[in-house]
Amino acid sequence: MQHVIIGAGPAGVIAAETLRKTDPSCSIKLIGDETEPPYSRMALPYYLIDDIDEAGTYLRKSDTHYEDLDIEIIRDRAASVDPDAHTLELESGATVNFDKLLIATGSHPIRPPIPGLDSPGVHSCWTLEDGRNIAQNASKGSDVILMGAGFIGCIILEALAERGVNLTVIEMEDRMVPRMMNQTAGNLIKQWCLDKGVSVLTSTRVEAIEQDAGRLSVKLDNGEQLGADVVISATGVRANTGFLEGSGIETDFGVLVNDRLQSSHPDVYAAGDVCQGRDFSTGEFSVQAIQPTAADHGRIAAMNMCGRDTRHQGSVNMNVLDTMGLVSTSYGLWMGVEGGESAELVDAEGYRYISLQFQDDVLVGAQALGLTNHVGVLRGLIQTKLKLGKWKDHLLHDPTRIMEAYLGATQSIGHNAALL
Amino acid sequence: MAWANNVLRVNLTEGTTSNEPLNMEWAGLYLGQRGLATKYLAEEIDPKCDALGSGNKLIMTTGPLTGTMASTGGRYSVVTKSPLTGAVACSNSGGFIGAELKAAGYDMIIFEGKSPRPVYLYVENDKVEIAPADEIWGQSVWAADEWLHKKYQDPLLRIAAVGRAAEKGCLYAAVVNDLHRAAGRSGVGTVMASKNLKAVAVRGTKGVGNIKDPGAFMQAVNAGKKVLAENAVTGQGLPTYGTQVLMNVINEVGAMPTRNMREVQFEGASKISAEAMHEPRESDGKPNLVTNAGCFGCTIACGRISTIDRGHFSIENKPQYWGASGGLEYEAAWALGSDTGVDDIDALTYANFICNEDGIDPISFGATVAAAMELYQIGAITKEQTGGVELKFGSAEALAWATEVTCRGEGFGLDLGMGSKRLCEKYGHPDLSMTVKGQEFPAYDPRGIQGMGLTYATSNRGACHLRSYTVSSEVMGVPEKTDPLVTEGKPELVKAFQDATSIVDSSGLCVFTTFAWTLEDIAPQVAAACGGDWTAESMLEAGERIWNLEREFNLAAGLTAADDTLPKRLLTEPAQTGPAKGNVNRLHEMLPKYYEVRGWNEQGVPTDETRQRLSL
Amino acid sequence: MLRALQIEPEKCTGCLQCELACSYQAEGVFNPAKSRIKVFTFHDEGRFIPYTCTQCSEAWCMHACPVEAIVLNEETGSKDVLADVCVGCKVCTIACPFGTVNYNQDTKVVYKCDLCGGDPECAKACPTAAITYVDADHTGLARMRAHAAASAN
Repeated sequence: MQHVIIGAGPAGVIAAETLRKTDPSCSIKLIGDETEPPYSRMALPYYLIDDIDEAGTYLRKSDTHYEDLDIEIIRDRAASVDPDAHTLELESGATVNFDKLLIATGSHPIRPPIPGLDSPGVHSCWTLEDGRNIAQNASKGSDVILMGAGFIGCIILEALAERGVNLTVIEMEDRMVPRMMNQTAGNLIKQWCLDKGVSVLTSTRVEAIEQDAGRLSVKLDNGEQLGADVVISATGVRANTGFLEGSGIETDFGVLVNDRLQSSHPDVYAAGDVCQGRDFSTGEFSVQAIQPTAADHGRIAAMNMCGRDTRHQGSVNMNVLDTMGLVSTSYGLWMGVEGGESAELVDAEGYRYISLQFQDDVLVGAQALGLTNHVGVLRGLIQTKLKLGKWKDHLLHDPTRIMEAYLGATQSIGHNAALL
Repeated sequence: MAWANNVLRVNLTEGTTSNEPLNMEWAGLYLGQRGLATKYLAEEIDPKCDALGSGNKLIMTTGPLTGTMASTGGRYSVVTKSPLTGAVACSNSGGFIGAELKAAGYDMIIFEGKSPRPVYLYVENDKVEIAPADEIWGQSVWAADEWLHKKYQDPLLRIAAVGRAAEKGCLYAAVVNDLHRAAGRSGVGTVMASKNLKAVAVRGTKGVGNIKDPGAFMQAVNAGKKVLAENAVTGQGLPTYGTQVLMNVINEVGAMPTRNMREVQFEGASKISAEAMHEPRESDGKPNLVTNAGCFGCTIACGRISTIDRGHFSIENKPQYWGASGGLEYEAAWALGSDTGVDDIDALTYANFICNEDGIDPISFGATVAAAMELYQIGAITKEQTGGVELKFGSAEALAWATEVTCRGEGFGLDLGMGSKRLCEKYGHPDLSMTVKGQEFPAYDPRGIQGMGLTYATSNRGACHLRSYTVSSEVMGVPEKTDPLVTEGKPELVKAFQDATSIVDSSGLCVFTTFAWTLEDIAPQVAAACGGDWTAESMLEAGERIWNLEREFNLAAGLTAADDTLPKRLLTEPAQTGPAKGNVNRLHEMLPKYYEVRGWNEQGVPTDETRQRLSL
Repeated sequence: MLRALQIEPEKCTGCLQCELACSYQAEGVFNPAKSRIKVFTFHDEGRFIPYTCTQCSEAWCMHACPVEAIVLNEETGSKDVLADVCVGCKVCTIACPFGTVNYNQDTKVVYKCDLCGGDPECAKACPTAAITYVDADHTGLARMRAHAAASAN
């Protein structure tokens, strides 16, 4: 059996490993277009602040990891796919045959239609290469403008601030991380950044970027004009599906799949940021573009590729973000559901926030600021659809007691019951 | 080292805070907690100051072993001048806040002055804030606790607070921490409230790390834990029955003060005993006792967690009291029960909950109610004062009512809040107050246990069993049995217990360990943690130094040898039943000898030679 | 044979000796705030529940880690955090559905129970044997019975 995986991010690598574990004799080809060994985007910010070296970003630490697992790495890019012929054209012109194909090509930064976005000095922050460029240009004292206060924008905020640049963040929505946090929490994060000396302009758009005597001039929709040495564009990402055009594989925001992560062609699967997989909370199919989902997808797709019928129950959308030391998390239907109940505590001075969303007596979503202990139990509560019973009332009264609620509601199961 | 070597000073008048290193020279002489904080207090305030004035200070203090793994190493004390006694006050508590304060990096907090408006103190490691307490002023301890937990969104925030009784000037208000542990005696909570300080909330994530000799320390700690586990009292009696194990024992000895100490045995003792707490109730088949519980680091776990019968009159329409909370300890059961003649265990548990909820000392409170009941019986107090309530011995309803009005500082509760001495004076019968130096007696009648008479008379904080628990020897035979009805040898015994207890109270450990431990077990733990020359001998000497320091504070505050006495009833009215029948307390046979073995003159003043010997 | 931490909450008194022993072993300080095992207090019910990582075979934290900083300890079955590899991205903390991987803001890496390499200090410190380290399948029957009894109530 010949397995081919396009994309060497977490989904692709975990899929490759799972394939090997499940089928020791199959052939596995992993195609990646970047020159480095497979690395983690989650680690990039820490690379930017020199907490880790480049090798620290690598998904797998052993030099011979892929060799040891007999996974062939091909440095190339997929140009097109012919599913019925079971062939794949690479940009180098080579053709690769497959029995089963996994599309794990990830996503790329959106380039908003802003005049001047191509100017030198405007960077994305998505690849290790981007990271190197930013590190080189955003030096101490330089003026840096960050377009977009979404997840990626926020995650590199600290890295930029620590480099000692004069930083301005421009976000068109009315708060920071609008896809992850509500008004209260998003604005607390903004206030936190302001307190740390970062200027943040929300409900503001960049209209144009002009070159001005070796510098950049950024024109805003409020009429202001800001000078900058570096502009970083972090306005969102989109699935890498371009090469599938004409292949007959159906795409929407990403590759459309069923519960086996199988695309519209039975021998082609998708995983990770490029995959429009099932969302646990909504039951709908959507692109989540987060690390834990990529890991889920990679494993499940690989099982199915080996003929082990494995259903994807849907991934809980979840995020954790460290914005200059303020840790924020969000889960599932954090915005709440119609007819549901919610509990909220706000401590604006202390930058603490927690909000829980319930449907009947089941937790369906949550968000928090400053919560670093036992936060994962929110996932457990959501994903097991644990009926909280009286514990829901306790949580409505004091939403910080999430561990107590979990333990209180599951105590009859007992610790290590599955193992012991 | 074990000390954090860091004192937090909070000036409530100015609203400022500052840090300073711990005085390590004093730490070498007084160890920590009770001894060391008393030294700070004695050096920093005028002993004659108004206890409720801004000149008094309030010190929340840990010991060097607080926050370590030493069994029971979670204690802290509140040291101040008492408004109840006018003497030095040092109230010791367990729970978790002491260890938390240490983990936040502090040996003690010294509160000075008086805040112009209600505030609380928030401590999160190095972050210290004096914050407005308007939203919790006028609220109970439990309400304040909940409000603070939710405000900071931190279930692990440890909180000590005062309740409404303290705000209203009840003279025996406690500082309650962790909902149901308390620095209970002598009105330390009243002092806290007088400073407009509602609560102290602490979160410490630094921990305690500077152990001098970690290997030796862990060895000593483990050896100590083993001794506690294998001892019948600390390994079985206390975890199973709590301090309530004593109820039937002391009653049989004939030393169970009953109905304002008119009698020495209580016919209802078995109904309010530890055994009764284990008995399933008729109504729901569940016993009063839910579980035992440990304070920080404690491998004994004598704490009681109890529920009240939901059908009981006190709570049938109050679901907020249907859950479990801190249950009856022996002292509370005695004071609220035997001394008032009430044998209804649910009523006692309810009164105990309320005492915790609003922060009053159940010993002083129960004894004050007992005095009021006697005053009512003789007609000195009437329904006019009680608003129609029949304040009769044995009335559970009267007890529940008295607790509520005292805790809220309403009506006759304000009279009860004055304590037995002032109440009996106000109503014209000062002899009916069962107090020493203005503080109410605990649960051992000194007619049946002679050594306890001397203990009470000479206790530096007024009547108290926790200053020298000779019951241990005279009843339980620990470390060796002495005859409770004999006075000979008791001065020496009391002195030895007083000195040893003083140093245990200064270490961060719980005095209950001494049912199993001697200073020989404790000294290796202290020495390994602190460094320096801490042996059983040097600890005992430091204990004696602390005792004399407290004595000198009291003398300077205006107390004299004349205050080293007992109420007339205990010296002149013989016990009517039990093994002690016919006995009064023979204090006069013990006191002069006590002064002598203490190295004090006939006026009870330490001689120059004694002062020199103890480096005072 | 693999061994596992067996926790019997009904024996727990909430004394935190386990947290002290754990933090001292792992961090060199007596510091419940950094303990891998936590005792949760149910004040109204008079219950205490010690809880820590179950070393689950799914190992959500390990799968979620983007940089291979959580690895299987073949000898004990524990999933161990390699502190020098962890970049502090916290994905494991939100991925663990039991809430037993925590982030340390001082060290900027995550921490979790590693069974002390096969000799857990919490079990040794517990004065009431509420925490014991036992053969993984040895007590299976007893646990199932306890579970069944508890579920029936």
